[in-house]
Amino acid sequence: MFKALFDAKTLISCSVLLALLLLLPQFLPRFYIYLFALMFAIALLATSLNLVLGFGGMYQFHHAVFYGFGAYAFALFVTKSGLPLWIGYVIAPFCSAALGLVMGLITVRLHQLYFGMLQISLGSLVWAITYRWYSFTGGDDGIHGIPLPDLVGSSTGAYYFNLIVVVTCLLLMYMIVNSPFGRIFQGIRDNPERCQAVGVNVQKQQLTGQVLAAFFAGVAGTLFVTVEGSVFPDLMFWTLSLEILIMCLLGGWFIFLGPALGAAIIISLRTFAGIYTEYWTLILGIVLMLLIFFLPEGVLGLFLKKADPAAKREG
Amino acid sequence: MLHVESIVKSFDGFLAVNGATLKVEKGDVVAVIGPNGAGKTTLFNLISGQLPPTAGNIWFKDENIAGLASHRVCRKGISRSYQVVNIFHRLTVFENVQVAVLSHHRKTFNIFKPAKIMAVKETRKTLDSVGLLDKAEMISGTLSHGDQKVLEIGIALGNRPELLILDEPTAGMSPEETAVTLRLMQRLSGDMGLTILFCEHDMGMVFSIANQIMVMQHGGTIIQGSPDEVRSNQLVREAYLGGADECSV
Repeated sequence: MFKALFDAKTLISCSVLLALLLLLPQFLPRFYIYLFALMFAIALLATSLNLVLGFGGMYQFHHAVFYGFGAYAFALFVTKSGLPLWIGYVIAPFCSAALGLVMGLITVRLHQLYFGMLQISLGSLVWAITYRWYSFTGGDDGIHGIPLPDLVGSSTGAYYFNLIVVVTCLLLMYMIVNSPFGRIFQGIRDNPERCQAVGVNVQKQQLTGQVLAAFFAGVAGTLFVTVEGSVFPDLMFWTLSLEILIMCLLGGWFIFLGPALGAAIIISLRTFAGIYTEYWTLILGIVLMLLIFFLPEGVLGLFLKKADPAAKREG
Repeated sequence: MLHVESIVKSFDGFLAVNGATLKVEKGDVVAVIGPNGAGKTTLFNLISGQLPPTAGNIWFKDENIAGLASHRVCRKGISRSYQVVNIFHRLTVFENVQVAVLSHHRKTFNIFKPAKIMAVKETRKTLDSVGLLDKAEMISGTLSHGDQKVLEIGIALGNRPELLILDEPTAGMSPEETAVTLRLMQRLSGDMGLTILFCEHDMGMVFSIANQIMVMQHGGTIIQGSPDEVRSNQLVREAYLGGADECSV
C-alpha cells in the first residue's frame, strides 16, 4: 500500500525535509522556532482548504471559520472544563467537523459562486456570535493566557508537537487525495455533471469532503492555540480565509504540498516585510498579480515542471 | 427493457418533448433520428435523469424511473455519453474510466486505500474494449477530439450498463474516426450483447447499424419501426428525409 502511494523520489525528498525540520530547533533562535511552529499550523490549514478547493473544485471561500471554531473549541475546553488536555485536542477537530457538517448541509445544495457566497454569510454569522458573546467567548478580546503544560507549551515543545501532528495529518490527507474518494472528488472538480451521470451522489461526496476539510482545519486551530496560547475572533474573520486562499494559489493548488509552500512564503513575507513597512500587503498584491500572469500553476508547479518536464500531474 | 410513455418536457411553456414514445427491447440497437430541435437530446436527458419530465412515464425493467436523479438512474443500469465532449479533463484516460468503475462498485467513500491499485484490471479491460489502452496514461484533455468522443463511450461502459445511451457518438468526427466508432458500436452490441440507444445525424450510420429506428419531430414520435418500415413511411419522407435520395443508403 505504501509503495502505491509514494515513488522513491518523493519518499527520499520528504524524508530529507523531515530530518532537516527535526534538527532545525538545535540551531535556530527562539523566535524562528516559534515562527516555524506557527507556519506548520498555517500550512496544515492551507492544505486542508486545498483538499476541497484544488482537489474538489469547491469554492470554499470561508474556510477560516472552521479553523477559528476548532481553536475556540480547544481554548474553551482547556479553560472551562478542567478535563485532561489531550481530550481537547481530540474533541476540537470534531467540533469543527460538526460545524462543517451543519454548514455543508445548507451550502452544498448550491453551486460554485453561490456556494461560496452562502458559506461567507454563514461563516460571518459564526464570527459575529463569537465577537459579541462576551460571557462565553470573551468577545472581541478573545481568550488569552491559555494554560498549557511545558511539553507542548514551550516554544521547542510546540515546534515538535506541531511538526508531528502536521506530518500525520498531511499523510492522512495525502491518502485521502489518492483514495477512490479523492479520485472521484477530482472527477467532481473537473465535471460534476458527468460525475453524477456515472452514478456518483455529488452532493453527498461534497458534503463528506467539506466535513473532512473542516476537521483538519480544526486540528490546525488547536495547533495555533498551542503556539500562541490565545484565541481571538480574527481567527474566523473572512480576511483570513482570503489569505489562505491566496496561499493555495501561490504555492500551486493542483499539487498536494503547494499550499503548504504558499503558507511558508506568505508568513515569511508578512514577518520580514512587516518589519520594514506596515503596508506589506502591497507587496503581496504585486506578487499576486505577477503570479496570476506568469505562474498559473503556482510556485511549486513551476518548480516541479522545471525539475521534471515530463511530470504532468499532481500527487 | 425500456418503455417511454407519452413523455412531456416543458421549458416555461415551450414543449421540447411533447408526448414522445419509445420502446427498446433487450439486445436492440435503436436509433432516434429527427431534424435539429426535434427534442432528441432532451429525450435522452429525460431518460438518464438529467432533467425531470413534466409528464409521462419511463419504464425500465418494469420500474418507473421518471424523475429519478441521474446518479440513481445510472445505478439502475443506464449509462450515457454526451453530444459535446464531457470528460474529466485534468485526469488521465485511465482515471476517467476508473471513476466510473469505482462508482459502479460503490467505492466512492473509501478514503484510505490507494485508488492506484483498485479496479485496475477492470478499467484496463474497458479501455482495451474501446481501443484506448495505449493512451491510458495520457491526460484526457490533451487527446484528439475523436479519441475524447471514444473516451466518452469508455466512461459510460465503466458502469457496466445494461442499456447504453449514446448522444451523437460521431458528431465532429472525421470519416475514419466515424468508421472506427461504428465498428466499436457493432462490437459492443454483437460481442458484448449490449442494448444501445443512440441518436445520430449520419443516416448512413443509422441505417447500417440500427435494427429499430424512432423518428422524432416537434417533440413527438412519428413512427418507430425497422429501417425498412421507416424508409417506406410517407410521413417520415415528408417530415424529415425529404425524398427517396437521402434514405436510399
